[in-house]
Amino acid sequence: MEKFSTHTGIAVPLRQSNVDTDQIIPAVYLKRITKTGFDDALFASWRKNDDFVLNREPYRQGSVLVAGPDFGTGSSREHAVWALRDYGFKVVISSRFADIFRGNSGKQGLLAAQVEQSDVELIWKRIEEEPGTEVTVDLESRTVTVGSLTVPFQIDDYTRWRLTEGLDDIGLTLQHEEDISAYEARRPAWLPRTLPART
Amino acid sequence: MSSSPSPFTESVEPAAAPRTLAEKVWAAHLVRQGQDGRPDLLYIDLHLIHEVTSPQAFEGLRLAGRQLRRVDLTLGTEDHNTPTQDIFQRIADETSRKQIETLRSNAEEFGVRLHPLGDDEQGIVHVVGPQLGVTMPGMTVVCGDSHTSTHGAFGALAFGIGTSEVEHVMATQTLPLVPFKTMSIRVDGHLRPGVSSKDIILAVIAKIGTGGGQGYVLEYRGSAIEELSMEARMTICNMSIEAGARAGMIAPDETTFEYVKGRPHAPQGADWDEAVEYWRSLRTDDGATFDAEVVIDADELEPFVTWGTNPGQGVSLSGSVPDPEDFAEENDKAAAQRALQYMDLDPGTPMKEIPVDVVFLGSCTNSRIEDLRLASEIVKGRTKAPNVTMMVVPGSQKVRLQAEQEGLDRVFKDFGADWRFAGCSMCLGMNPDQLQPGQRCASTSNRNFEGRQGKGGRTHLVSPVVAAATAVRGTLSAPSDLEPAGAPSPVPAEPVAV
Repeated sequence: MEKFSTHTGIAVPLRQSNVDTDQIIPAVYLKRITKTGFDDALFASWRKNDDFVLNREPYRQGSVLVAGPDFGTGSSREHAVWALRDYGFKVVISSRFADIFRGNSGKQGLLAAQVEQSDVELIWKRIEEEPGTEVTVDLESRTVTVGSLTVPFQIDDYTRWRLTEGLDDIGLTLQHEEDISAYEARRPAWLPRTLPART
Repeated sequence: MSSSPSPFTESVEPAAAPRTLAEKVWAAHLVRQGQDGRPDLLYIDLHLIHEVTSPQAFEGLRLAGRQLRRVDLTLGTEDHNTPTQDIFQRIADETSRKQIETLRSNAEEFGVRLHPLGDDEQGIVHVVGPQLGVTMPGMTVVCGDSHTSTHGAFGALAFGIGTSEVEHVMATQTLPLVPFKTMSIRVDGHLRPGVSSKDIILAVIAKIGTGGGQGYVLEYRGSAIEELSMEARMTICNMSIEAGARAGMIAPDETTFEYVKGRPHAPQGADWDEAVEYWRSLRTDDGATFDAEVVIDADELEPFVTWGTNPGQGVSLSGSVPDPEDFAEENDKAAAQRALQYMDLDPGTPMKEIPVDVVFLGSCTNSRIEDLRLASEIVKGRTKAPNVTMMVVPGSQKVRLQAEQEGLDRVFKDFGADWRFAGCSMCLGMNPDQLQPGQRCASTSNRNFEGRQGKGGRTHLVSPVVAAATAVRGTLSAPSDLEPAGAPSPVPAEPVAV
């Protein structure tokens, strides 16, 4: 995972609440077995409409998505994060994220920045008044800056640390191999095993 | 039992502070307590996998040269992509076939038990686990599927994960997790006839909203929950994610033990007694505090139905399509306007006057034998509305076989419904079972998102009995709206093509 410190890019206003993962990437695109190449699948249904924000310049070049509350609800598909990432998004801003989406983002270096809804409204206003306005998202100071406006965002310390360092979770966990083995030795014998099959 | 102290039996001892069910299960799986703001490391007792969210995880293992740590705690089935008819023919869609073949070759390479299409134990992952008895009280269960919350009905801590986490569990059998908050959903009183657990959960979601459960484990409790069967409890826990929650749980009781007992993987003899003793301790202690509490009166509940494009946009079936202008919040107003436009509905239209084209009985929410029995009782001896096609898709091959033994397939076929093989089917637009653009569906599934059941399709979430009654009348209907059942109709059944 790439290290994340600060990002500056064009912000895209998506004035909609409850953007579920079926909208971010419809299920028909989940049949692929690769982890990349999902850029064409991002918002596939909505992108068929010429008026959709990503079909308009300069938003087409956007890398910071500014969405309504409850972004990423529904399915656990990490493909939603891959599609956003593959399109070129580095940051999603929303006042509320679905838990699984937030977790998936952190694994892929996509920053899910939680910003108060009143501040989201201020950002929307600025980036719609001047389309193409660049925003700067700083993970160190946990702030979003648009021109003279700077607002804070929330992210938990652990995810922030992992993003900053670009760390792989599995590697971190395997440092605790002894603890895992010790736990396994304590597990009750009656807990189910899937092998051998007993059907 | 090994002589070393078990993390499970330890927690049978009364703890210093009263704890909730979720906190007990969490504590019993603690491999390592997080320090300095780091997450806890939790052991995972059961990892369920399917074809859609596993290929990239297997590939990750291969690239890193890692093993799958516990194949004996891993179980695979094919469900999302699979067709529900002509299942013994080559899967026509090339990318679907490729994904299924990839799961099969990965399972073979890593030694994972897999129940493929055509196998007697194949079916929707959340139907198969409980049916085999690999889901038990007090366990931690994960799967790369948000409806893993289903297994919480047994008092397990069960939740959906993304593909990176799937790979993490494969490699380590653990997950780093920050403790969830706890929310009590107490459902007092008793459900009235014709009202089901699906109506409870739809009412809960409408009450707390699609984001209301974010960061929480919901514990469903109260008299109306205790009176539910295991399968009805699974329906409730299944849709916890639709309220934004990580998981939903119900404390195990005699109903739970009775359901688990005798299943292929259930403990036996002395092991059974030891397990049950532990399971009895898995109740929220008196005096334990939840971070949030919600109370619902079951006596007040009616059959529920959604009108919009998220599961929180629901109303009693006896109600009407709401007016967006009546919503106080700007965001809700805009969302309602957008939803009504997509759903092609006008404010004020009585829900029961809305005609549907398709009725779908299936999905991990409502495809178990009880669901099929309840729906079959409604359609038996009645005639299907000519404007409706109905699909009945059992959740697993075992459910299908049992239903056929009970003659339920005959009842559905006589009614004019299409009787299918097991799979996720029309719950998500990923396999051949999809709505056509503009089609309206009364569906027992869990999500009414735009395009969820097929591009341009319109979904109304309902319970199995409402789905069945709707197939009879042709408009959204409750069983109480039906005329008494007469003789089977002499009219030939409608051809069903979905």
